[in-house]
Amino acid sequence: MAQKIDEKLVDQVAHLARLEFDNEQKNAIINDMNNMLVFVDKLNELNTDVIEPLVYMTDETNVLREDGVKQDITQKEALANAPKKDSDYFKVPKVVEKK
Amino acid sequence: MSVYEKYEAVIGLEVHIQLLTKSKAYSSDANEYGSLPNTNVSAITLALPGTLPMHNKKAVEFAVKLGLAVKSSIRERNEYARKNYFYADLPKGYQITQDKTPICTGGFISIKNGDGRSKKINITRIHMEEDAGKSIHDQDPTDSLIDLNRAGVPLVEMVSEPEMSNGDEAYKYLTEVRKIVRYIDVCDGNMEEGSMRCDANISVRLKGEKKFGTKVEVKNMNSMRNVQRAIEHEIKRQIDLIESNETVNQETRSFDAVNGTTFSLRSKEAANDYRYFPEPDLQPVIVSQEYINKIKATLPPLPDELFSKYTSQFNLPDYDASVITENKQTANYFEKLISHTKNYKAASNWILGAIKSYLNENALAIEQFSVSPNRIAELIKLVDDGKVSNSVASQNIFPEMVKTDKSPLQIAEEKNLIQQSDENALLEMAKQAVALYPDKVAEYKGGKTGVLGLFMGEVMKLSKGKADPKIASKLVRELLEK
Repeated sequence: MAQKIDEKLVDQVAHLARLEFDNEQKNAIINDMNNMLVFVDKLNELNTDVIEPLVYMTDETNVLREDGVKQDITQKEALANAPKKDSDYFKVPKVVEKK
Repeated sequence: MSVYEKYEAVIGLEVHIQLLTKSKAYSSDANEYGSLPNTNVSAITLALPGTLPMHNKKAVEFAVKLGLAVKSSIRERNEYARKNYFYADLPKGYQITQDKTPICTGGFISIKNGDGRSKKINITRIHMEEDAGKSIHDQDPTDSLIDLNRAGVPLVEMVSEPEMSNGDEAYKYLTEVRKIVRYIDVCDGNMEEGSMRCDANISVRLKGEKKFGTKVEVKNMNSMRNVQRAIEHEIKRQIDLIESNETVNQETRSFDAVNGTTFSLRSKEAANDYRYFPEPDLQPVIVSQEYINKIKATLPPLPDELFSKYTSQFNLPDYDASVITENKQTANYFEKLISHTKNYKAASNWILGAIKSYLNENALAIEQFSVSPNRIAELIKLVDDGKVSNSVASQNIFPEMVKTDKSPLQIAEEKNLIQQSDENALLEMAKQAVALYPDKVAEYKGGKTGVLGLFMGEVMKLSKGKADPKIASKLVRELLEK
């Protein structure tokens, strides 16, 4: 049986994703997420004990790259889409916790 | 007995080692320290939509190299995982790392404790991952500044077993790790620039207690000395808490280098939930035995192996061996030197003595030293053959060798420094010297052997300082004892 989604779990997942929701949104999310789990729970009807999880779409291994430098974009281009920046840096709200 | 002696500390270290590749771990932008901010970036580093990582061959090679150097076993099938967390210095929202399949497991680092005994610190694992960018918090009043040049730089994290018991052992462990990564050229080992970083897990317990105490993680120690200081402070802080019936919180603390203390960064109680899951964008890497053998063949002799060769085969003192193996360049010089001479102790004496002080005085590294090892070997031979004394070699010939390309023999001849070792000529001088002081001869025969120096002084005077002291003193003694 699938895990039941409640407000506590939504709060926890929202915190991990650094998102905030009001009560109305939360109720909708609880409903949606429970529906999703019920849907996915269908898969549990199959016994997968002896089946390895599928992680990769191909059987390829050792897809490696030579150690060479290729500089495709400039600093200006890198910063172009940033909502907040100065001439050299991205700027983000301070989040450091110090006593 | 002080209260502190009732306790023992249990310390494990996590060392992050930046690999000396040209490009980043999963993208082709440059891995270069000190560039202008946000210039070594790419679409992958910036986590732009639709980008796919591709692992750097060299990063795998370096991880295997390090594993072999510390006698780890190397995993055949390597997979990657995503460690999820939100922080501005990691635009993807996750770090690519190895969770369940670290490339190296086991192995050890030997440290030498003060009493000359070595202690093995076991290694739990070494895994491959990527560095995060740099946040600067103190330059702007309202915002943090983010530089992503470091984001994606290849790292390995080496985790030790909790087997160190004080700051000194941690210091020695880090010294060895740094020595090894430099010997095998996978990292420059510069803690001040952050290319090698260390977090310490520290707990204390009463001696004899089997259960571990509550563990505190200390970060932000940017030198080996600071790691030692932070650990010593933390041990004392934890014991003081327990002794005053308070509890040690499980938390992450940061080291304050100014006053040598630690302060709380964040509590681990609401432990970070990293929600590791397999990284589907990177195919597994298979490390074959054949590949391992190939890497093994490229490994240089390691400091530990050289140390035991020098002490057990060459009978050099531990001190000599440890100075010679301190860095690869000195060890290389010594190795070349002993391919030209079998007088190992003399070779060591030259490196630890005249060569080292010359380098220090001129602020040079040994790889910049102008005198080739074979010329030093010639100088050793000159002394061994009795042509010049040790002091003439180091005070008169060596300084000249540094300035010119002349051979030591040529210098000795030009400066008229060759010792008089012709026994007949020396015997004549010895006879003259003895004849000068009949009363001192009597004193010698009466047991005052200290007067030998007087006769030797005369021989030296007669030979203008060039008499071979060994032969001369033998001849004088024979005359006196007749």
